[in-house]
Amino acid sequence: MHELSIALSMIDMAAEEAARRGGARVHAIHLRLGRLSGVVKEALLFSYDVACEGTTLEGSRLVIEEVPVAVYCPVCRAETTLDSVQMFCCRVCGTPTPEVVRGKELEVTGLEIEE
Amino acid sequence: MSAPPRLVEIRQKVLKQNDLLARDLRDRFHAAGVFVASLVSSPGAGKTALLEKLLTRLREDGWRVAALVGDLATDNDAARLARSQAPVRQIVTGTVCHLEAAMVEGALDGWSLDDLDFLFIENVGNLVCPSSYDLGEDLRLVFMSVTEGEDKPLKYPTIFNTADVAVITKMDLAAAVEFDMTAAHASIQSVRPGMRVLEVSSKTGAGMDELVGFLNKTRATKAFEMSAVES
Repeated sequence: MHELSIALSMIDMAAEEAARRGGARVHAIHLRLGRLSGVVKEALLFSYDVACEGTTLEGSRLVIEEVPVAVYCPVCRAETTLDSVQMFCCRVCGTPTPEVVRGKELEVTGLEIEE
Repeated sequence: MSAPPRLVEIRQKVLKQNDLLARDLRDRFHAAGVFVASLVSSPGAGKTALLEKLLTRLREDGWRVAALVGDLATDNDAARLARSQAPVRQIVTGTVCHLEAAMVEGALDGWSLDDLDFLFIENVGNLVCPSSYDLGEDLRLVFMSVTEGEDKPLKYPTIFNTADVAVITKMDLAAAVEFDMTAAHASIQSVRPGMRVLEVSSKTGAGMDELVGFLNKTRATKAFEMSAVES
């Protein structure tokens, strides 16, 4: 369960950004979360609310965009989205491939702020 | 009356600090010519037992080796590993369930990396959290023991995906627990097609030659790549 420290990092990052903008209030953090990031969405949402308590972000929301895993198929020469993270193969031709092109994201993409 | 909230776009990796520090560490390791391998597994898969054998063996072969070992609460593992006569340092993580680059950096304090050929980093026993953190290692080995079940990779695809090599441990028990090797290999290949798999027993020593050979070869390839970059 490392979601709490992940949440604390995001809150620090957002608070810094808000301070740089003259003490703006942060209403929400937008996050892209890959299925292969190693972070569980539900645990992160729970941790976020706990971690916000007593900070300038108390009452803010965490908006998560989940990113499915995409791999590159060397046969089709194209990207393909995985049906399951238990089976790394092209959904078109079935060729196994380890080449992940998306799905490891753990990235803040935006802040909803009030200046 | 203040304006309504607006969306400001920023793009920042949440673990940017860790990633930057891991990159610095990797540069330091390469500059010193030390090859760094990390070990991840569930608790009790045999990381420490294998590492003790590995450190002893590599020292006998004339390599200069050292290890960092993460543990939630005790220094038992460091005491076990110290029997190999190699320098060993414990990283007690407290309640933190994984190692981070900053912990590795802190633990290296006072060590001369130039005096090492191999550095091993044993992560906290956990197949979930360590997957998110780059430690600056050249190679990540994920261990699974035959007593854990053949479908472990399917349950923890993320860690198998961040690792470079899978090591199946406790091979001496494989027959006793009716371990299905074909199913285990299929599980690994399903979540990480093409992944190199090694089978070892720390108890009997079976598979150790292959593991040591693999590490030496990988280190040599890395050293060659680094010198090619420099020249």
